[in-house]
Amino acid sequence: MCGLCGLFESGTHWTETPGVATAGPPRQQRLRQVGYANRVLRCYRLRLDDWQGRNYLLTSPTGATEVIDSLALLWPAAERLAGRPCDPLDPDLLLSLGPE
Amino acid sequence: MSVPTVTETVPVTVLTGFLGSGKTTLLKRLLHGRDLAGTAILINELGEIGIDHLLLERVDASTVLLESGCICCTMRSDLSAALRELYGKVERGAIAALDRVLIETTGLADPAPILYTILADPVICHHYRLSHVLATVDAVNGARQLADNPESVKQAAVADRLILTKTDLVPGAVAAHLRQALAALNPTVSILDAHLDRIAPDSLFAARPFDPAAKTAEVRRWLTEESHHHADHRDALGRHAAEIATFHVSFDEPMDWSIFGIWLTMLLNRHGERILRVKGILNVIDAATPVCINGVQHLMHPPFHLDDWPSSDRRSHLVFIVRGVDAAAIRQSLLAFTRLAAGQPGRLRQVEECRL
Repeated sequence: MCGLCGLFESGTHWTETPGVATAGPPRQQRLRQVGYANRVLRCYRLRLDDWQGRNYLLTSPTGATEVIDSLALLWPAAERLAGRPCDPLDPDLLLSLGPE
Repeated sequence: MSVPTVTETVPVTVLTGFLGSGKTTLLKRLLHGRDLAGTAILINELGEIGIDHLLLERVDASTVLLESGCICCTMRSDLSAALRELYGKVERGAIAALDRVLIETTGLADPAPILYTILADPVICHHYRLSHVLATVDAVNGARQLADNPESVKQAAVADRLILTKTDLVPGAVAAHLRQALAALNPTVSILDAHLDRIAPDSLFAARPFDPAAKTAEVRRWLTEESHHHADHRDALGRHAAEIATFHVSFDEPMDWSIFGIWLTMLLNRHGERILRVKGILNVIDAATPVCINGVQHLMHPPFHLDDWPSSDRRSHLVFIVRGVDAAAIRQSLLAFTRLAAGQPGRLRQVEECRL
């Protein structure tokens, strides 16, 4: 994997830049984001949960869990737990997201 | 930890360009004026002697010579240390407060790790922000360098401003052809002629980097220019550029920010190395004003709101510059993800696609 892929502490993720595209309480937005992420992650049999509004818990069907602190780290962690690439261009993934 | 506002951070401009393309000449030209008085300059050297450093006529306390060769390969920590040292000097009162930092890279540098250091180093990003990437392209050798060196193509692809140098040494048609080819490669870039255009800090850097009016005008310009690029000019840039595709997708309907963030983060994690550039203006659900995004490979600048729409067009527009990634696959993927957002029709329409 490229060394640029979130190996360092990432701070504020770009999607959470203060004042950008924010409507409604941050907590509500965060939960909505988790909900959408889970629509994708379930294709890899993974589950994401908010943890105290500060971190996320990513869990595999076997109970393996990673604590991640921002969305920047979500997909590298998902690939580790799923044991395969999480590729948004994968036609099988797109098919499982829903009909066209 | 609170996030600093843009007015609290020092803008950093990265000056890149292939070997001999005129970076140092440009820097010397800028230094002759007084407008860089508040600018700290970080100069990279390649080899044991800081040749570029010696060429510069003004060396003062705010000039830092990076000592260990190519920034991108070995010196990310040095760059971070140099920026921290500068900040320390300001804090101690050893030098005046900085208006800007200018980093001159080596000619062989891949700019991405430099941008990464500025955007992602947890200390650096608290005190500095990435402003612009400038790239010099030599009109005499530029076409050959672009044909022979993928680094050169990448420098042009990630730049916000391209400065054509040595245009007085070639026929006008040659310079014009190179200019068209570069515009085809990077349709969002602004191209200046070092010989014909006024080269001054206010033309290279935004006069006020976060001036809302300037930002709106810039977005309007690249939205306009990207629709005028020509695929026919691909030949001028050779095989490395031929591997690059530039395409544009538009949404008629407002976009859900959460789902867009999940999609783009996932895409950049898996394919970031091959997505040289993504820029866009988004009509976001529940947002009164448009949101601009700007990314280089795995790196995303912090998005920002424009004060107003650049035109009457209220659609979202995204421009991609990719290498070896199928444009249709990206489009289909984005469409599938947007359908996840409840109540959003996900009408995605490709306005234009151009394989260079």
